[in-house]
Formats: sequence, structure tokens, C-alpha cells
Amino acid sequence: MATIHVDGQSYDVEGGDNLLHACLSLGLDIPYFCWHPAMGSVGACRQCAVKQYRDENDTRGSLVMSCMTPTTDNTRISIDDDEAREFRASVIEWLMISHPHDCPVCEEGGHCHLQDMTMMTGHDRRRYRFDKRTHRNQYLGPFVAHEMNRCITCYRCVRFYDDYAGGKDLGAFGANDNVYFGRHEEGMLESEFAGNLTEVCPTGVFTDQTHSEQYTRKWDLQFAPSVCHQCAVGCNISPGERYGQIRRIENRYHGDVNRYFLCDRGRFGYGYVNRQDRPLQPEWRSRRGEDSVSLDVDAALDRGGDLLRSARRVIGIGSPRASLESNHQLRELVGADNFSTGINAHEQACLDLMARLNQTSGLETPTLRDVESHDAVFVLGEDLIQSAARIGLSVRQAVLARREDIAAGRQVPGWNAEAVKKLGQDQYHPLFSAYPTSTGLDEIARVSWTLAPDDIARLGFAVAHLIDPAAPAVDDLDEHTEAAARQIADALLSARRPLVVSGGSLGSLAVLHAAGNVARALARRARTGGLLLVRREANSTGLAMIGGQPLEWALGELQEHRADAVVILENDPTQRLPAETVHRALDQAETIIVMDHQRTETLQRANLVLPAASFAEGDGTLVSLEGRAQRFFQVYDSSYIRPQTRIHESWRWLHALRISRERYPSADIDLDAVTRACANAYPQLAAIVNASAGSDYRVHGVKLAREPHRYSGRTSMRANLAVSEPRTPQDADTPFAFSMEGYNGFDQPRRDVAFAWAPGWNSPQAWNKFTDEVGGHLRAGDPGVRLLAYEPGAYDYGREIPAAVTVETDQWQLLVLPRLFGGEETSSRAAPINERAAPAAITLSPGSAEQLQVSDGDELVLSFAGQRLNLPLRLDPSLVNGLIGVPAGAGPWLFGGAGASVTRQEARS
Amino acid sequence: MSNHAHAQRYRCQLRQPAAERKAETHPLTWRLRDDGALIGIDDYRAKSGYTAVSETLSRLSQNDVISVMKEANLRGRGGGGFSAGVKWSLTLKGEEYPRGYLICNADEMEPGTFKDRLLLEQQPHLLIEGMILAGYANNSRLGYIFLRGEYIEAARAVSQALDEARAAGWLGNDVAGSGFDFDIVLHTGAGRYICGEETALINSLEGYRANPRAKPPFPGQSGAWGKPTVVNNVETLCNVPAILQHGAQWYRDLSGDRSNDGGTKLYGVSGLARQTGLWELPMGTTGRELFDLAGGMKAGHTLKTWLPGGGSTGFMLPEHLELPLDFDSIGKAGSRLGTGLIAVVSHQQSVVSLMRNLEAFFARESCGWCTPCRDGLPWTVKLLRALEQGAGEQGDIEMLDKLANDLGPGKTFCAHAPGAAMPLESALRYFRDEFEQGVRAPAVEARSGSAHPI
Repeated sequence: MATIHVDGQSYDVEGGDNLLHACLSLGLDIPYFCWHPAMGSVGACRQCAVKQYRDENDTRGSLVMSCMTPTTDNTRISIDDDEAREFRASVIEWLMISHPHDCPVCEEGGHCHLQDMTMMTGHDRRRYRFDKRTHRNQYLGPFVAHEMNRCITCYRCVRFYDDYAGGKDLGAFGANDNVYFGRHEEGMLESEFAGNLTEVCPTGVFTDQTHSEQYTRKWDLQFAPSVCHQCAVGCNISPGERYGQIRRIENRYHGDVNRYFLCDRGRFGYGYVNRQDRPLQPEWRSRRGEDSVSLDVDAALDRGGDLLRSARRVIGIGSPRASLESNHQLRELVGADNFSTGINAHEQACLDLMARLNQTSGLETPTLRDVESHDAVFVLGEDLIQSAARIGLSVRQAVLARREDIAAGRQVPGWNAEAVKKLGQDQYHPLFSAYPTSTGLDEIARVSWTLAPDDIARLGFAVAHLIDPAAPAVDDLDEHTEAAARQIADALLSARRPLVVSGGSLGSLAVLHAAGNVARALARRARTGGLLLVRREANSTGLAMIGGQPLEWALGELQEHRADAVVILENDPTQRLPAETVHRALDQAETIIVMDHQRTETLQRANLVLPAASFAEGDGTLVSLEGRAQRFFQVYDSSYIRPQTRIHESWRWLHALRISRERYPSADIDLDAVTRACANAYPQLAAIVNASAGSDYRVHGVKLAREPHRYSGRTSMRANLAVSEPRTPQDADTPFAFSMEGYNGFDQPRRDVAFAWAPGWNSPQAWNKFTDEVGGHLRAGDPGVRLLAYEPGAYDYGREIPAAVTVETDQWQLLVLPRLFGGEETSSRAAPINERAAPAAITLSPGSAEQLQVSDGDELVLSFAGQRLNLPLRLDPSLVNGLIGVPAGAGPWLFGGAGASVTRQEARS
Repeated sequence: MSNHAHAQRYRCQLRQPAAERKAETHPLTWRLRDDGALIGIDDYRAKSGYTAVSETLSRLSQNDVISVMKEANLRGRGGGGFSAGVKWSLTLKGEEYPRGYLICNADEMEPGTFKDRLLLEQQPHLLIEGMILAGYANNSRLGYIFLRGEYIEAARAVSQALDEARAAGWLGNDVAGSGFDFDIVLHTGAGRYICGEETALINSLEGYRANPRAKPPFPGQSGAWGKPTVVNNVETLCNVPAILQHGAQWYRDLSGDRSNDGGTKLYGVSGLARQTGLWELPMGTTGRELFDLAGGMKAGHTLKTWLPGGGSTGFMLPEHLELPLDFDSIGKAGSRLGTGLIAVVSHQQSVVSLMRNLEAFFARESCGWCTPCRDGLPWTVKLLRALEQGAGEQGDIEMLDKLANDLGPGKTFCAHAPGAAMPLESALRYFRDEFEQGVRAPAVEARSGSAHPI
């Protein structure tokens, strides 16, 4: 602890921080630009100058940059000092010399840190009368727009893009007052985290291009606290809506999960919500192949009730991309014996094993923030940048953190970012990675091996055995693998806190068992560490906790006529099993009821379609891969702007279907009740009621506002429909109001924050007002509740060690490799994601290609499990021989396994 | 022949004949020939070259060397004036630290400064010997000479000398049988003034943008590639062999009672003086003595003002010529000794134009890292240009005052902008009337109708 004196007031703070960090954490306002809580201090912008005094007798003092000055006990400073204020005014005046007066047409306006700081500093007139420096802009791809004339040269963009995220193609060019931040030539930004530039940039140089085409000021957007649905990590997001469309997604600070940064799939993959072809009303189709007709809600529910009543047996197919509540309501509707998770058997086996390993391996499941404090990492069978990008970014920080340790040894504080970087150079914490091809983290890995899945497992088993001799040994281990295993085991054992990362990406139970053995061995050697297992979809972890039969079983019941009706929840089974198998089974069903928010292949075959809410139109709870149950809140009521729409949460539809089937008098249900029911039904989920505040939560007796208090135009938004303004929609499910009326402040701690705003702080930097210290946790605690608890008890080592992989000339193994852009079902329906995605291709190693007598660029036909897929060939020099790589999403039904083949597509004669 | 003649044309002018330069009194230049030819290793050895290395490495410990250096009070000749001995004593040395680098700052780019060039072009072995000794004292593994890219003749001379020294066993493993391993690499810069700033130099050497680094940590703690690193100017390093050969007391006595700073200094004169060039003189020689050696101003010119040591030092008046040219005396008078090469300005020259020219240089050479320097300096240039063209406005001079103050020490990231602010501040103080002449009469009409740039 240290006591610092600021303008005559004394404060107790954590010693060793810099003064800017300390003052902002105390709620004191000092303007700044180049400093960022996740990236430390570099002292470039000189905006945060304060007056520092030697002691109580020093009346003159001298200017210091608060970001570069450590808080030591008895530090005396003044923020209000005249010289300091005048110097800060000079700095902003210089920064504004070439800044255009284009705020009215600038997309940053209204959430611009530069605007905020300019106001804070009191700079309100330009004295510079000469020409401004101008730049040309670049096309940087579909995500990020570029307007260099607005640049104030704070260097945050390159510090984030290059240093923090490991990007290579954004740089600072030129010198003096002509520094240019861009690519060496126009083109798509290569980093998977480029979207963060829109928030890292303090002004409008880098803005959200997807927002640009449907632009709305921040103060005119309606927000809700939400959770990203595009993978299993559970990043918190703030989606903004206007006119019934999601207009942009901004990071929502969560102190334990994503903190300040998102991946680009999460930020830019929302377009499926706004698709024109979404089902908006119930649809009825008496026979397959017929055109559908629209129904109103009562008619739809009557028909649905009739269908269910008359059915012999109804199967329910759930979904890992739907909420716990919706899955639970489906299970309630059809009965536990008739409920399928909607996940194929192989993936489900992986999920079940991961759940078991997380609870029994003896190593805890770290949060994303925790990941960054591990000092040795072993990744088995995951390319994290593709399968769970945000975790990859955190693993990168863990690896880079060694520099901070080195700096601490030389009394260089961790926040002194450039000094830490220069002192540490390329000394990293050890990262070992084994994957069938190169991965996005190889560059910072101590060693990365390219191995077939079974060989990855063997390496893992060998490591476990070296750590704990009680773990099974691997027979016939070759010298190379033995040495590799030794190197990994030594590094993990000598680490303070080792981390094991694996997951279901390769669909290999052996790899998971091997990862579990490594974790178990470390735990038995009394090591504190972490085991992080990557799941694929937003609620994969939660649905595995509910449990149910795999998708194959559900299709089998229909195929074998043991059931004649099926209710499918937000799931397109053709994404998970070969379409032919799915269609054959569904064709046997008398009744197919589908609720989804996307017009999928399966939805087109339904008798009854019920338009389900996406994350934007509904509430629910998801469980992220770290076992955190998190609530996402409805952003807007789509029927307000488009009165004809009848979109509801699936859990609400399912409840209504049940009421209709039983002919109960109609009774609505609310979120609290359905969440409570879900919590009561599964002991593991008992805590989900605490994931967020209930619908009765109030601050100062009022609900929480979804809209900023400057929200404009509400009375005229529907004027094209009718001049009388209807009552705003009422939200009985949550503490949020569809209104600017309500509480939106920061002074009363709360976990569920729709958008960050504080007086004078309109940009994302306003999050600093909500946290206990900058970069810390929300003052009311971070959202969500952790569900994965360690279950002590006997846990045996996995003992099924696969044989070493030998390449057979006639036996090819198909691998579906995850990809961030284009590899996920719903975000692939967003146009910018498709533009960003690399064209799908079959990959082969040059050796394999030679064997198959095919060459780069050839059009190939892939045959697997009776299905065929035509794709061009791309040679991948890193890929293991004997494997056929196909990117996820290239053919929805694809899953890994042996027995695939490829041939060159013969030219049509 | 033609190459040789070409090199001759650009050779620095040392204005003291060989007869005048003695080993006892001119440690930097006594070996130099009147014809300016390169002193090769044989010449150098014949004149007690590398004696200091052979004697020191066998006789003195690292700490002994540093003590001698501290006592000699050799102050940094690049313009900073920081004690070389103290700097060396702060370098992290010992088992727990990696052996780092000894860097010679030969990026001589200070306007009006051409002293290192003389030493580099004509006597590179003296620098090499000084670097070996400095490397030994600082436990460095490798030396770098960061040479200004335009010094092509110097690059040729230094390369040749490095080859000779290596072949003779003065560089490489086990230097002169001492057990000390040390070698030197020549690195030619790509031409930025800011590379003369030691931490920017290090970044540039590493292959990064030449932005300075924040201090602390100082290079002695974390320098090139994160290792302990010492950066010394060419002239500083060239003083080291004589100090170790003849002792600290001898070195201090060279300046006698003229100055507390020890040794001699390569002084010089540029501008409209009768005879510009270089002189090795005792530290603390007065401006007047130097000015007289240069023969005063050219016919038809009188001295208006002078810069004591480069473009980044403050203007001084003719009466200041009586001051000793050493770090403290010039500092007390409100300027800096800088490199000690004075630039004289005639009454026929405009201080406003001179300032505009200087500030244009500093603005162009700003690395672009910190705001005051990057965006403040171009503003001063534009204001000065307006004043120069008689298009100044009311308030322009006050804005220049404010900029000169805001670009001062402690407010910017490194010393580049304060170096640019110092001549501006002093010019505004001494020659305000010249600036005022550039302000046009205030418009009678209110300016409310004028368009502002958008």
C-alpha cells in the first residue's frame, strides 16, 4: 500500500502502479491517449501531465507524465495545478492541429475518446491558421474502415496490433508530423483481432465498416448486456440496435473473460440477425415440398398443440447454440426419455469426456484472465486462433508475460511497456503446441510439432508418464517423440503454474485423454495449474450438463418409426450429420416442428415453423467453456418496428406449445421462472439463477435503461406506420427497460451493464468508471457464475493409447480443421465474414499430393462416408502426410475420420 | 588519383600545424599529419598507439579504469557533458548480467559540427583503442560504431582500421593476450538526426524505428537487445587512451585552472568567420581566444550573435565570448556548450531566417513519437516562415514564446525538442525586434468574416 496526495487529498492506493492508473482507479479524471490499461504506458502523447512535488515544502514542483511515474508512498501531485492544466491544453491543441473538423460526419462522433478528452481539457478554439497535413486512406478489408486524416499519432493501433496481438501487416511509416499508420499496401488486415482497432483507436481512424453501412450514433442505439454466440468462449458484448437491426457490436468489459478485446468473428459476425430471409411469422406447410403459409400465433399454437397431441411419440432435438432455458423447455415438452442434444455422437462423447476431465483432473479450469498468468503452456490438438481465438490472444499474453518477470528482476515495472519489451526481447514463457499443421501461435511457441491426432495423443501420454510414472507409459516411443516429451515435461514441472489446453477440434478422444493424463499427472505432483478444454459452440458446455441422447439416436427413432413427430430447436441437423441421413430420417416423421431464427435446410422441411429469437431478440443463459453461466439479454423487441413479426424466444414458444397441447388455459411464463425451473431440474445448473440479477432488480427504484439518455427520435421512429406512438414494449423478463428512462449510471455498482457511459466519458474508455480499478473487475463483481467445481474422488488415468500413425497409401484420414471465418454456422451467414474468409480448399501435404498425383489448384472430389464434395486443392507444406484437411464449414456435414479419398475431378467431356 | 582528390576536397580542416601539436598537450590530434592523410596501424603503433590497451588490460581492473576515468572528469563530448566515468560505473556488470555492448555514437549530425569526422577519417585507431578500453571497463562483449551514413570516407577509414586491428590481435578473442574478448562492428546509419540520441540509436541499431526510449531504465541497465549498453561519443572515447596512459591528474592539468572539466576539446568555428575549422585546445578556452584564432569575422561582417555548440544550443551575444567554453560556464549563461563548435552569425544575417532554417531542420528530424515535438515544431516553422515573409499576425510572437516554453525540458519525451526550443527561446529574448518586424499591422476590420481552415 502507498499513500498518495492529490490536490491536497490523501488516498491509499496499491504501490507500484503508475500515477495515471492509480488516479483513474480512484475516479479522478486525467486526460490521456497513448496509455491503455491492457497495454501499459509509453509516455508518447504527453496528455496526462500533472505537477509533482518533492515533499510538502516543495511549492514549485515540476511537470511529470502521470503514466510514466510510479506511485510510491507519499507521492504528492496536483492535477489542477495551472501549469499542468495549461500544458495539457497545449497538448490537445497540438493534437488537433491537423485533426479535421468532421465530427458531424465522423462515425466515431459520440463515442470518441478524442472528443471526450478535448472537452475535458477545455480546448475550444483553433489558433493554428496554416495548412493541415493530409493522408491517403487504404482499403483494409470488410471489417475496418480507415481515415488517416483523423489520426493523432498515439501509436495505440500498432501497439495493439503488433505487440499485443502479434499482427504483422500494420505498421507506422514515416516520421515527424507525417507518421502514417497502415499497411505497406492496401489490402485485407490479416489479424483475427483487427476489429479491436475500432475501440483501441481513440478517434475515428479505424471504424467499424459493418456499422458504416447502417450507421447510427452511439447515443441513438439501444443496447443490452449480451454474450457472444459465435463460439464457446463466452465473451461479453454490447450489441447496439436501431430500427430493429443490430448495427454494431462493441466489447462489453468482463474482468475475468474478454476484458477489453474481442475476436473479429464475434464483433463482425452478427449479420445473420439482420438477414432479410429470416422467418418472422409462424409458417405452416401441410405437406413437404409445398409452399408455406403464414399463421398468426394462436393458429400456430393450435396447430402445434394438435400435432403434438395426435403424435404417437415426439422426439425433441435440442441445440448447443440455444440457451439452457430453451433446451430445458424442449426437454420438458417431450420428456427426458425423448430428448436429444442434437449433437452427433462423436462430438457428444468428446463433450462428455471434457466435462469429466474438467471436474476430475485435479487442475482447475482457468478463466481467460487466469490463462494470462500461467507460465508454461502445452496445447494439444488445437489451433486456438481458429477454434477459440480470444483464448489464443490470452495464451499469447501468458507467453509474453515472461518479459514482465524479467523486468521485475531489474526493477522495471510491468506497466513500462516499451522498457519491458526491450529488456525481455524474445524471451518467452514456454509454449508447446502439437497440431496436424501450423497454428497461429507457432511463432511464439518454443517448439511446435506437426503430428497426426493419434501421434499428438501419444506425445501427451508420454509427457504424462514422464511427469508421473504412475501414468501409463507409451510403448515403442521413437527417440524424437521421447525427447519432445521430455522437454515438455521438464518445462511443465519447472513452471510455477503450467497450463494444459486441448479440446474437441480434432474430434479425438485419445487427444483428450492424453491432455487429461497430463493434467492429472501435474495435479498428482501437487502442481497448481490449469486445464482448459475448447468446445465448439456457445452452449456446448451447458447442453452437455443437461445431457440427452445424441443426434443419431433421434434420427434412428424416426427412421425406425419408434417416433412419428419431432420438435427441432434452433438446430440444423444437416450441419452435424450427412444431409442424406438426416433427410431420410426426417422423411419418416409425420410431424416436424422447427423453431429457428435462420432459414436452414431443415427449417424448409418443417410442417410448422416457429420464428425463434436470436440472441438479439431474446433472453437466456449460456455456459461458456470455462463453465461460466452467463445471461444474455434481449436487445430489442422486433415487433415494435415491424408489427407483423412474431419472433419469440424458443423457450417461450415451447412453453406455449405445451400449454396448447395440454389445453391448459393460456398462461405466460417469464425468464425468472424458466431459469429457476432449469436450475431445479439439474443439480449442476443449480447456481444459474445467480448468473445475473432477476427481473425485479431496480436501482433507485427504477429499471435499467437500454438506451442512452440522449436517445433521439423515438416518437418518430414508427411515423411511417402510424402517427400515434404506441407504448414502448414492456420487459417483464429482465430488469431492463426498452427506453432511455431508467438507470444507466456507474455510481451504483451493478453487474449487468448494457452500455458504458459516464459523464464526460462517451467512448469505451468509460468502462474504467465501472471497474474497481482500471483493468480490474466490475465493482459489483463480474457477470455470471462458475459451475465447474472439482469433484474429488478416484480418477484413473486414461489407458487407451493409440498406436503410432503410419501412412498407408490407401488409407487417408479426413480432418476437419476449425477456421475462425467461415467455420461457424451462423456467422457464416453474415456477408462480411464470407468476404474475409479464405476460399475453402482441400489441403494436402506436398508428399501426399505427389502420392495422389494431384497438384496445387487442381479441382478435387472428396469422398467420405458416402458423400462427395468438390473443392480445389491447396498444398500445405506444414500438414502431416496421410491427412486430408478440409476447413470447417466447407461441407456442413463433414466430420473427421478414416477412410476418405480424393480424386481429381475429370474435365467434362 | 581522382578518388583521392575527391576525398581531399571534403577533408576536415584542422588549423593547427603538426609542429604545434604535442603528445603532452594534444592527446587527440598530436599524431595527425599536416596533409590530413590517414594514420595507419604502423604509424599509430610507432607513436605509442595501443600502449594504453596493453598496459591497462594487464595492470588495471575494470573498477580501476573507472576510478581513473571518474577522477579525470572526462565529460561527454557529444554535448551532454555527463561524466564518462560515472556513466561507466552505472553499467550493470557481474556474473548475473549478460555482457553487453559498447556503442560509439558516430552519428555526427548536429548542425555546425564536424569534429568527430576529423578523428574518424584520419585517426580511427585512436577510437578503436578507446573503445577497447571502454569495452573492458564496462565488461562489454561487442562494440558497435554507429556511423553517420553520409560519412563515406570515415566508413572506409574505420573499416580498414578495424581489419588492421583485428589482424594485429587488438580485436577478437583474447585481446592482446589479456584474456579479454572484444570485437567491434561498423554500422552505418540511414540518416536521421535523432539517431544521435543514444536510445534512438539503440533502437535503430536493433532494426526498429529510431524512436527514443524512456529512461529509466538507462542503457547501462537495459540497452541494445536488453543488455547493459554504454553509448559514448567519438571524441569522448578518443580521450580514453591518453587518460589511461598518462593518468587522471595529467589529464586534469591539461585544462589547468581554466576549467573544472579535464582535458582538451576539439573546438571549431563555422559561419562567416575568416578562417573556419578545428582546433584542439585546453578545455575552458574562451570564446574570444577561439574567435581570434578564426581571425574574426569575414571582411564586411560584424558579429551579431553566436551558437556555442551546434543548432540545439542557445544564442549568445558578443560579450559572452569572454566566457570559458566549458559545460558549466556556458550553462550558467543560459545556453549549453553542446559540441563546442561555435557558429558565428553576422549582423547581415536575419535571426528570423536562421531560426526558420534551424526549426525546419528540427521539425523534419523529429521522430514523431511525442506530441509536443511532432506537432509543436512544425507550428513554430510555419509561424517563423510567416514572420520571415512579413505575414506574421498579432499573437504569433507570443505563440512562439509559449511553444519555446512548452517544448522545454521535462515536457517532451527526449531532448530533441528542448534542443530546438533553446535557440528559439534565446533568439526571442535577444532579437525580439527582428521578429516584431515580421508582424503586419493589425487589420482594421474584425476577422469574423475570415474563413478558418476546415
